[in-house]
Amino acid sequence: MTGVSGLARVLEAGRFAVTCEVGPPKGADVRGLAAKAAMLKGFVDAANVTDCQTAVVRLSSVAAGVHLAAAGLEPVVQMTARDRNRIAVQSDLLGAYSLGVRNVLCLTGDHQKFGNHPGAKGVFDLDSVQMVDVVRRLGDPGLFQCGEPVDGEPPVFFVGAVENPCAEPVELRVRRLDKKVRAGARFLQTQCVYDLDRFRRFMGLVRTRGLHERAHILAGVAPLKSARMARFMRDAVAGVYVPDAVVARMETAADPAAEGVALCVEQIAALREIEGVAGVHIMAVAWEKIVPEIVCRSGLYPRPAADQR
Amino acid sequence: MIVTEAKSFVLVAAMITGFRRVLVAACAGCTAVCGVGGERQAGELADALRLHARLRGEVLDTEVRGVTRQCEPEFVAELAPAVARAEAVLTLGCGVGAQFLAEHYPGVPVLPGVNTRFAGGLAAPGVWEERCRLCGDCVLYLTGGVCPRTRCAKGIMNGPCGGAAGGLCEVGNATPCAWLLIWERLERLGRTGTLDEIGPPPDWSGAQAGPRRSGKGGGVE
Ligand code: SF4
Ligand code: SF4
Repeated sequence: MTGVSGLARVLEAGRFAVTCEVGPPKGADVRGLAAKAAMLKGFVDAANVTDCQTAVVRLSSVAAGVHLAAAGLEPVVQMTARDRNRIAVQSDLLGAYSLGVRNVLCLTGDHQKFGNHPGAKGVFDLDSVQMVDVVRRLGDPGLFQCGEPVDGEPPVFFVGAVENPCAEPVELRVRRLDKKVRAGARFLQTQCVYDLDRFRRFMGLVRTRGLHERAHILAGVAPLKSARMARFMRDAVAGVYVPDAVVARMETAADPAAEGVALCVEQIAALREIEGVAGVHIMAVAWEKIVPEIVCRSGLYPRPAADQR
Repeated sequence: MIVTEAKSFVLVAAMITGFRRVLVAACAGCTAVCGVGGERQAGELADALRLHARLRGEVLDTEVRGVTRQCEPEFVAELAPAVARAEAVLTLGCGVGAQFLAEHYPGVPVLPGVNTRFAGGLAAPGVWEERCRLCGDCVLYLTGGVCPRTRCAKGIMNGPCGGAAGGLCEVGNATPCAWLLIWERLERLGRTGTLDEIGPPPDWSGAQAGPRRSGKGGGVE
């Protein structure tokens, strides 16, 4: 994991990339993380480590990323603006770089009221666009947000951001994405896509602006495990659109989990056909073990070996 | 306007327990408009506190006095004779008024009878809503007259975040997403171009270094 990002090399070589998500433990025991890394290694190019997702305290994403790397899985360290001001963001990033982390994904973060410390003060000193700018500047031209130079070799990260391709108004989403790209985002992972028509509309606007040529876009997918999950994603998750046909398919399936996997594989095949989609980001929260099967059935295995990247 | 709410009666009664003579100080400014701190409310609160004390076999004498504004020393000074007769002052002014009273009368405990909530306006009959966080660096000219620091739950400058859905903010309570409001309004004005600028991180150095000061018509610093 020293040197440059393997994920960057896969994407820059024009290979269709695969990333997934790994949630750090709600404690300091990292044996589960090592097990997940061993299971996912070789099936994905990199794995996102979430940063206290939904504002629930978990092992730090920087530490979890280092543990994954030690187990042979390249991390994408997620960093939210919710819990850190600009001083902490930059300090944590220097620490991450010194430990070998090369991929950073900048997010605003879920509101603290959803987590297990709803009385916490939300920081949001920077937002995700500003954070992308700060991270890019640390490496190039090697300046802190205040304008002072970084001592020694500047930390050049492969900087990523997210966008929700299905939320209305789509045009505003794409304009915001453009800001992230101008701020320095080199890869973009999207919120999970179930509604391909909506996503195609989003990608059309992305191509009009040429954003797919300035950054690598990884479409998000999340395999459905049950009809209940499908309904929950449709009704209760803000900004996720699950067409009724998808819910119906899950409801009538004899084996919903198998159906969810089949659906996910079909979605990946359809997403690969869309111009400007450079990879997929598979979000199988608490179901990481299904990722290798999805990758294999999508014809995305084997991944480019580390030395060939 | 500074929007205030009455503190719970139980808490107020507990705060004044042990004082035999209490001045209930009303303010004819914002708290009166909010219906919690005017002379009428002060009178009602004093009556209730005396009744409460009597039922518990305690002795309580109250006096009610109001001033035009508790946030001005000249008006605060008018309370001097009444304060001199009291063992404690229960003020229905906002947090600013309460502190001005405490500064002016160092020898007597000053207790807050209201919670000072926010700077807001009447959004619907009887409902005040926050509109300004008093950041000191107004960006409304960039955001179509909608304050992102106040009305966006994350106070961000480059929204909307991923949580906005159906026009609403992810925090719920049927709160509109401020950034969708900003977008709509600028679109109507044909000025969405400002949304393509990367809004800079705010400068908190003025707002977080102790109390801010200002002179008439401009800064004193
Ligand atoms: S930007 Fe918002 S908080 Fe700041 S002064 Fe203007 S309205 Fe108030
Ligand atoms: S949904 Fe809108 S108002 Fe709510 S936090 Fe996100 S950007 Fe701010």
